[in-house]
Amino acid sequence: MAAAQPSGGAGAAQASASSARNFLAYRWQLISLPIAGLVLVPLLVIFSGWLNPETETWRHLAETVLGELIVNTLVLLLGVGAGVLMLGVGLAWLTSMCRFPGRRFFDWALMLPLALPAYVLAFVFIGLFDFSGPVQGTLREWFGPRGYWFPEVRSTGGVILVMVLVLYPYVYMLARTAFLTQGRGTLDAARMLGLGPWGAFFRVALPMARPAIAAGTALALMETLADFGTVAVFNYDTFTTAIYKAWFGLFNLQAAAQLASLLLLFVAMTLLLERRARGRSRYAEGSRGGQPHRIHLTGWHAGLATGAATLVFSAAFLLPMLQLLAWAWDIVRAELDARYLDLLLNTLMLGISAAFVTVTGALLLAFARRYQRDALTGAAVNIATLGYALPGSVLAVGIMLTLTGVDNFLQSVARGFGFDASGPVLTGTIAALLLAYLVRFLAVAFGPIDSTLGRIRDSLPEAARILGATPREVLTRVFLPLLSPGILTAILLVTVDVMKEMPATLLLRPFGWDTLAVRIYELTSEGEWERAALPAITLVMAGLLPVLLLVIRSARSANVAGRAERT
Amino acid sequence: MTKISAWPLLIMAAILCIPASQAADDIVVYSARKEHLIKPLFDAYTEKTGVNITYITDKAGPLLARIKAEGANTPADMLMTVDAGNLWQAANEDILASVDSPVLDKHIPAHLRDPDNRWFGLSIRARTIVYSTERVKDGELVSYEGLADPSWKGRLCLRTSKKVYNQSLVAMMIARLGEEKTEQIVRGWVDNLATPPFSNDTKAMQAVAAGQCDATIVNTYYYGRLLRKEPDTKLAIFWPNQSGNGVHVNISGAGVTKHARHSEAAIKLLEWLSSTEAQNMYASLNMEYPVNTAVAADPYVAGWGDFVSDTTNLGKAGELQARAVMLMDRAGYK
Repeated sequence: MAAAQPSGGAGAAQASASSARNFLAYRWQLISLPIAGLVLVPLLVIFSGWLNPETETWRHLAETVLGELIVNTLVLLLGVGAGVLMLGVGLAWLTSMCRFPGRRFFDWALMLPLALPAYVLAFVFIGLFDFSGPVQGTLREWFGPRGYWFPEVRSTGGVILVMVLVLYPYVYMLARTAFLTQGRGTLDAARMLGLGPWGAFFRVALPMARPAIAAGTALALMETLADFGTVAVFNYDTFTTAIYKAWFGLFNLQAAAQLASLLLLFVAMTLLLERRARGRSRYAEGSRGGQPHRIHLTGWHAGLATGAATLVFSAAFLLPMLQLLAWAWDIVRAELDARYLDLLLNTLMLGISAAFVTVTGALLLAFARRYQRDALTGAAVNIATLGYALPGSVLAVGIMLTLTGVDNFLQSVARGFGFDASGPVLTGTIAALLLAYLVRFLAVAFGPIDSTLGRIRDSLPEAARILGATPREVLTRVFLPLLSPGILTAILLVTVDVMKEMPATLLLRPFGWDTLAVRIYELTSEGEWERAALPAITLVMAGLLPVLLLVIRSARSANVAGRAERT
Repeated sequence: MTKISAWPLLIMAAILCIPASQAADDIVVYSARKEHLIKPLFDAYTEKTGVNITYITDKAGPLLARIKAEGANTPADMLMTVDAGNLWQAANEDILASVDSPVLDKHIPAHLRDPDNRWFGLSIRARTIVYSTERVKDGELVSYEGLADPSWKGRLCLRTSKKVYNQSLVAMMIARLGEEKTEQIVRGWVDNLATPPFSNDTKAMQAVAAGQCDATIVNTYYYGRLLRKEPDTKLAIFWPNQSGNGVHVNISGAGVTKHARHSEAAIKLLEWLSSTEAQNMYASLNMEYPVNTAVAADPYVAGWGDFVSDTTNLGKAGELQARAVMLMDRAGYK
């Protein structure tokens, strides 16, 4: 416990500071290890697939499709990674650091694509732009069947484009939070020292935002790896395809679990390398807060900024929403009934309570890593944030197997005591669902919170302690206000992600208890995409609520944060 | 912060109190057939008998894994799927009970149920050829195998091989023609593709209508749905292999679980679902064909014409599915 030992030559101030740390350090392992355990058990269940090696399935995959799938997956990762970095960081810089027409609108509007499930955008895109769609249909009317050129929509480029448009908000939101909390001091200093606006961006702002940008990109890439719905709509085969092929096609859940655990190892290694590469550099905030001086864009610069934001917003949100509205228009009278209110309430309730549980868990983990810098805590935190990289159905089955294992145990115990134990205790309860969401979405909450926490210098809480604040006051008056942009981002991301989540919700929900995502599944599973427009739109509307919350609160918390830093 | 922190806890407490389980004497169904196709039937059954039915829907794979994991404690009395392959696999994993019921034997033709009575077909889904009435000439279409002929080069559209309907189709071809011959045919299909395989049947038909290709293989109810919405579409159904083994059919169906708590009630429900009364609704809700031969198909569906269908037992579709998947991988059918 290195953190607990007083550093050499302790003066009164340092001793007091280290006792503050000592207090905060007291329970961290007891907290971080159980949380990691919750994630670890389902993962171990999946890894246990290796107990029965499946040579035949492996040989078949290796001889036929596996090589191509791996190449496809890497190409997709590269394309999506480059795309979300460019769009996410670029747009975040524009909306948080510059001034151009429409900035205040795009600042929040560019988060909206997050509320749209990726496979829905994929379906809309193919519907509109493929050979049989209205766009190419019109072109054929004008120019004849062979008289025009159009890029192949169902292609590598197409699937990358769609995934970038859906996933860039992760980078956008985290980078935006980072830029906004950088404060103006650092950037002003850079400018005063002779850097131009571009120099200040590339040499100061960007490196300082690196943990946030890396966390956002990692989320986008983990979702890309785990995705099945979007690539299935494009019939673009990735490593996930092999997992589902082994399970549903070859009836071999063991082999599917083995493939999935390899995917997990790959993600764990990559994350480890990234953290290594970032090394021991700290990214503490070095200046007083306050809104930065925005760079005033004029002339064609401003036009370009507005144009880029408009283009992304239209392609990722406006266009698919219009298409969904057009579809929903035809069926709304036949389909919209009182059940939709239930579906909406269920969805919102799940999203919000899961966000509460998950964000709390992520906060505890982030503090644990800050105050307990040993290998065990580090490993616990790393494990706890792996759930997001697994294909949803595989993780759902891992969790289901864990829960039924506990249920079966409880039932046999109950019978041992002579009770008539009928029905499962955990499986099919809301509590089980929340646990599943915690396992799956801890990474999503941890990213924004940890990258915000990393920017708070140790000297701030220490100073607060010296000035007589109790540990509780340090938490509520120093940490939480400074963390609030990260916490809000985490709440928004988890709420929206949970509302969109399908596999775990389907498998673990209580009987007769449906959500909007379940309804979308019911309709799309047999190809009735047009009818799915109605629950999809309702889902987007539900997703708007947390976005609005974030917009309102982030405006207010900017002031609070400024005050707290000056305290 | 401290002031509001009690609220989430209260809300959580309220949520956790939502009852997890069903009433003790409800029949519990795990269904891969979607809700709006089963709920009207369940409601009708409840009204008639007073027996309640609770259910959850999901894909067959996860539901099967759940029943298996729950073991003797499973609440599930019945598993419903939309293809024979998954029912065969459920029987293979020993989670379905053998049901002796003269009623089911009478209502359901032998090739549409398990030889050991562990699963039963409840509706027939015919997978046939749909073609462009503008560009396909009489006599060009004969059979599924015929679509591998070089005369179809650049004229064929297909749905992905990852869909179980195509896996069953190819599995049944393996049963009939052997692996070598079937692989040649599938390679022929792949050579003839006008564009990479589609993710669903409707998209494949729309491509035929738009002129990207001339024919495709789909389940008839997708054709019905498309034509109901756009009656002017220049597409028609062709029934292949009529002088041979007949059209490939699959089923949606169900079985009673081995550890069912309400086994007798579940069998009664199954018998009712196969009866004249229920079969009309069961099949026509999704423009499928009834399994019970005493029941006529929906008039709109019947309008597509009579056809000879394959009478090989559908258990083969499950038994040979893995081999079909591997074969299609080798042939480069994505």
